[in-house]
Amino acid sequence: MSARSSDGDILVVDDLRIDVVGDRGKGPCLVDNVSFALKRGEVLGLIGESGAGKSTIGLAALGYTRLGCSITGGQIVFKGKDIRRMSAEERRMLRGSGVAYIAQSAAASFNPAHTIMEQVCEVPVRHGIMSSEKARAEAVQLFRELDLPNPETFGSRYPHQVSGGQLQRAMAAMAMAARPDILVFDEPTTALDVTTQVEVLASFRKLIREHGTAALYITHDLAVVAQIADRIMVLRRGKMIELGNAGQILLSPREEYTRRLVAERVSGHSFLPEQQGEPPLLTVDRVSASYAQLVKVIDNVSLTLSRGDTLAVVGESGSGKSTLARVIIGLLPRESGDIKFRSESLTPRLADRNKDKLRRIQMIYQMPDVALNPRQTLYDVIGRPVRFYFNRTDAQVRARVHELLRQIDLPESFASRHPGELSGGQKQRVSIARALAAEPDLIICDEVTSALDQLVGEEILRLLKRLQDELRVAYLFITHDLGTVRRIANKVAVMRKGQLVAGGDTATVFAPPYHPYTELLLSSVPEMRRDWLDEVLAKRKAAPAGAALRPA
Amino acid sequence: MSDVVRRPALRIAWLRPRLFGHRLSVTAMIGILIVVLNIVAAVLAPWIAPFGESDIVGDAWADPDPQHWLGLDNLGRDLLSRMLFGARTSIGLSLIITCLSFSIGILAGFAAAVAGRWLDILLTRIVDLMLSMPTLIFAFIILSVLGTDIPVLIVTIALLDSTKVFRLSRAVAMNIAVLEYVEAAKVRGEGLWWIIRAEILPNAVPPLVAEFGLRFCFTFLFIAALSFLGLGVQPPNADWGSMVKDYRDMINLGYATPLYPAGAIALLTIGVNFIVDWMLAIHSKGHGESA
Repeated sequence: MSARSSDGDILVVDDLRIDVVGDRGKGPCLVDNVSFALKRGEVLGLIGESGAGKSTIGLAALGYTRLGCSITGGQIVFKGKDIRRMSAEERRMLRGSGVAYIAQSAAASFNPAHTIMEQVCEVPVRHGIMSSEKARAEAVQLFRELDLPNPETFGSRYPHQVSGGQLQRAMAAMAMAARPDILVFDEPTTALDVTTQVEVLASFRKLIREHGTAALYITHDLAVVAQIADRIMVLRRGKMIELGNAGQILLSPREEYTRRLVAERVSGHSFLPEQQGEPPLLTVDRVSASYAQLVKVIDNVSLTLSRGDTLAVVGESGSGKSTLARVIIGLLPRESGDIKFRSESLTPRLADRNKDKLRRIQMIYQMPDVALNPRQTLYDVIGRPVRFYFNRTDAQVRARVHELLRQIDLPESFASRHPGELSGGQKQRVSIARALAAEPDLIICDEVTSALDQLVGEEILRLLKRLQDELRVAYLFITHDLGTVRRIANKVAVMRKGQLVAGGDTATVFAPPYHPYTELLLSSVPEMRRDWLDEVLAKRKAAPAGAALRPA
Repeated sequence: MSDVVRRPALRIAWLRPRLFGHRLSVTAMIGILIVVLNIVAAVLAPWIAPFGESDIVGDAWADPDPQHWLGLDNLGRDLLSRMLFGARTSIGLSLIITCLSFSIGILAGFAAAVAGRWLDILLTRIVDLMLSMPTLIFAFIILSVLGTDIPVLIVTIALLDSTKVFRLSRAVAMNIAVLEYVEAAKVRGEGLWWIIRAEILPNAVPPLVAEFGLRFCFTFLFIAALSFLGLGVQPPNADWGSMVKDYRDMINLGYATPLYPAGAIALLTIGVNFIVDWMLAIHSKGHGESA
């Protein structure tokens, strides 16, 4: 056993190595030479970009690997016993009662056919730790500790009857039900809105502290892990970069990579001065729209956007920001109001617009994986708009594709590749090139960085800015990440439940006096300070200004 | 997700060649062998068959001898030659019908998925109407009215079969049509034909190929059934279905004659299914991997 281990250690991982082992022999190494020890009651944050091996390590603590992978070296010692040497039955008993897992998507982790109570009680009852009555009583107690509404009756609901934030907390109750020694949190707040994230994070922290449970907290967001972890391990490409106390990692990181993660992100950039006398590029005037004439999703929204502007549309999920984009594009016809583009009214329906109008408004999507046809080469993907809108010859199309690839900093040789051969950031660059190929006046960016790693997302934002300076294209930038808005947008529109809550120059909207909802959103963005969560919670307790606006 | 302890893989990998970048299963190899043998027999029938398709070469129901390996049939024709020519008719017809039904079904199914609600409702109702009647009886009526020429047979079965292809391809296309690259093409202003051909079809190939194998078998059995009822391929042309019908009574007299064509039908069906199973397996492998 490792020399580092001591009596207080509940989990010791020593020289762990996990490889892809498939039909075609040994594949890439996912985790290499990772060692750490977890004390009772300690929270260790695992942080890194996607592909860093964080979740792989988290699963290994339960004696699992992803399909096609295998633990090929090292030890995982739980309470003095190596998980790799346990019998299958011992490992089964370990899961749930020794180590429990909380996944990113609670909605996918609950069985929709059973009530929450049945599922929370399943582990302790099945493992024979508690009687059914005892488990139920304990579950109610857990619901109370997690600040869930009506803890006595909450368990009788089905998963679809509670909100996303509540379900995520119910999953923590499920993991906690058998009183495990270690909880593995795998990006548990990533799918939640910022305002919900604060509440859930606070509940998790309370739960861990009250029960003295040790935890592995996996996330890509350093600001989140700063609120909850005692120590932080920074991972990159399966290797440990740095391991240290949370304060040390945040304040004085030793490694260059950690410094880049911690560093304040690129500062704001300048915008072109508004051209006097030039009519606005896009005017959305009191537009309303609804799905199937039933649910009003856009309610009386007005916006203006000039050439070279970046207008950020912000709001939580369900606020109607993506729907607004669909209304402008014409995928969802508006019911009232008017949209003017270059001083001409746009028809409500996409099908009624001519090629030139279609060409001038392009769109970049959130998920680069499904935004590009996997069966087309990049030449097809980027060349198609050139051919479609401009009627060029093959040679001209080829030259233009190469030019566009250069503009997005990809080598020309990529033209023959398929999207599957690219990384997420490269795919998003290709999406940008496809939009640029149409030579548009306006590009609608729908959460273009939210599916990407932080550093990759930064590069995409920088590329978009550079292209804006070169081409004077306007962006309508839909995002839930308020951190980026201040830096990239000169105008902002805050949406809530289909309505425009606040709008105007970023400097004005994001400065006091705030609209209460804007203030709530801004105060919910995690900051990279260890005491941020405490401050926010204290402030909210003292002055429940936005209380009515907060989700339950 | 898998447990840490892995079952060791069978180390006979060198015995199993690859197809489409995936290692063939043992059953898939058997299936391919059966199908290839059948196709070779069908293509080369006029050259490798010892006698003509309808040549009378001896007494009816003569026993097998060195010249006539499987013996003679009810009219004194060589059974082996009839089997080889029958492969030609049966496999050829099935192939043409399946291709035709797929062309119709895929086109209609994709159009229903992307061209809007009204076309979808119209096509789906027509298909529901056709599916509400048992296929065999439907074919029986049409063929009784229009006669049993080969072209009529082909079009009738292809149309009836295309309803099933329609349902599959519509479902597959619906899943693809909601993806953002299809939306991007729509927003670009692309026409229906481009969206079907360039955006959806290439991504729908794996499930459709698997279905092609299955439908080929069903068509094969369907022709056999129709021939058995006397509405399929007409004499003196040989096809396996009508051969079973013509020889069926001999089983009561202890002859194996009807078992040869029946066995051939069964064997080819099994062979194709082996290949299809393997294709479905490699197609589904990509899913469910994400934890």
